Amino acid sequence: MTELIFFINQVVISGVVLGSIYALGAIGVTLIFGILRFAHFAHGDMMTMGAFIAFLLAMGCAALGIVTPIPTGFLVLPLAMAIAAVIALGIDKGFYAPLRKRGARPVTLLIASIGVTLMIQGLIRLFFGAGSWSFFDYGETKTIMRIDTSAIGSTRPLVFTEPQLLMVIVTIVAVVALHLFLTRSKFGKAMRAMADNADLAQVSGINTQLVVRITWLIAGALACAAGTMLALDVSLKPDLAFNIVLPIFAAAIVGGLGQSYGAIAGGFLIGFAETLAVFNWTVVLRPLAGLLPEGMMLPANLALVPTEYKLTVAFVILVVTLLVRPTGIFKGASS
Amino acid sequence: MALIELTDVVGGYGGAPILNGVNIAIEQSDIGVIVGPNGAGKSTTLKAIFGLLKVHSGSIVYDGRTVTNWLPDRLVPVGLSFVPQEKNVFTSMSVEENLEMGAFIRKDDFSATLASIYDMFPPLKDKRRQPAGELSGGQRQMVAMGRALMSQPKLLMLDEPSAGLSPRYVGEIFEQIVKVNQAGVGILMVEQNARQALAFASKGFVLAGGKNSFTGTGRQLLDDPDVARSFLGG
Repeated sequence: MTELIFFINQVVISGVVLGSIYALGAIGVTLIFGILRFAHFAHGDMMTMGAFIAFLLAMGCAALGIVTPIPTGFLVLPLAMAIAAVIALGIDKGFYAPLRKRGARPVTLLIASIGVTLMIQGLIRLFFGAGSWSFFDYGETKTIMRIDTSAIGSTRPLVFTEPQLLMVIVTIVAVVALHLFLTRSKFGKAMRAMADNADLAQVSGINTQLVVRITWLIAGALACAAGTMLALDVSLKPDLAFNIVLPIFAAAIVGGLGQSYGAIAGGFLIGFAETLAVFNWTVVLRPLAGLLPEGMMLPANLALVPTEYKLTVAFVILVVTLLVRPTGIFKGASS
Repeated sequence: MALIELTDVVGGYGGAPILNGVNIAIEQSDIGVIVGPNGAGKSTTLKAIFGLLKVHSGSIVYDGRTVTNWLPDRLVPVGLSFVPQEKNVFTSMSVEENLEMGAFIRKDDFSATLASIYDMFPPLKDKRRQPAGELSGGQRQMVAMGRALMSQPKLLMLDEPSAGLSPRYVGEIFEQIVKVNQAGVGILMVEQNARQALAFASKGFVLAGGKNSFTGTGRQLLDDPDVARSFLGG
């Protein structure tokens, strides 16, 4: 039982946490691709930017002496998401919309988004330096929850942090809200219609400009949520989410580009695959060590890949998916 | 006054114009059919009305106002609707969602219109939760027409509604078009099945090389020996 709890602590909890962050990021990437048909490379940096917005708001709360029962980062999240959504809209207005108006091709927009990536990172470094920050350096502590599991015969407790628990709740709320928006609301359906067939959406009289704006608002807000959660789980630095933008793209492509549910599935798939790949199986297999023939021992580390190569797992899955099912799990666009 | 009137319309996608002076006039009570050889600019004419390509000169007047080069999001609210020939349904969305998208511009309750579409095309009612992409060609065409009718247009434009359909469905679709017209919607359609379509058309336009070569009632075109020889296969 101890081994099972160890497995849950190391794989299930980390997988859910990483999967949540990938999923929320990948939804934004996939929505933007579905509506505007280009790979928005700056999405990772929109996440980082969102995290810094939440950080500033949380510091503001700390300065005002506001004490909250839950980490302030979560409390200010709705406001931070709103601000990030408006900034995302501004980024589109300032950089991408003028290019689209001139009939720029997707590759031009992709390059422009790399420019936006560098600008956002540069701006963050300008104001916050290159070092790392933490939400928990200002009086708050990261509550670690330990659930005693001796009842089921385990000597190890189930361990997770308060931000991790809240993060899962935020992800569930965000995904359910997005689902209801896409399937019940007029503009949600219009978004799906435009991703499905932009010409027909236009012919139907759908205000495609407005759909584009709504897409940026949602993508920006979700990016902020994902970035803030990542920052609360680890720490805040200018290249926080830039480092995970590739697995996020992998998640979006594996799920099927343009498919929101695919992005969620892809996010969790890649999140779990990464944590499983770096999991040290020796601990779980130790009870079976007695069965090994004389002279053979379990190696100290039986992980599939060393932790520093964790990111490659995403690409292995991506390559296999593209070979076996080029349109992704949920049959997205094949480009 | 004509519901829609095209006067000497010249236009194209940039480069050489495809339309070189098209003249069309339709009353709300009319079924107008545009026929002609491939590349004559039949579909292009519909697209020009619907703002999908640039009109360089000439005018398009709809219901008393000049709508030349208006975009669809302005045309649909004033009462124009268009069924493209291909890719005319949202394949990943359910039949009912497709119809709802047709009513996107409406702010009132459109459930009565939805019910009337299901009355018109009974097979759609049973399949209303099914993705439109899973439907047969004929049923897709019903969804496409239904979507276009959800905005309660005064003028419905159809680009080859019978293309790729089995003869059984062709007759059914034509029957529905006549019914829609009887309910007070002007029809302007492009059709390959020229003989069959001109039989119920009140106005016929033969285009060739991007301009009118014959204009008359459907009957006149069918009876004209020149039209018959050049466009209707004898």
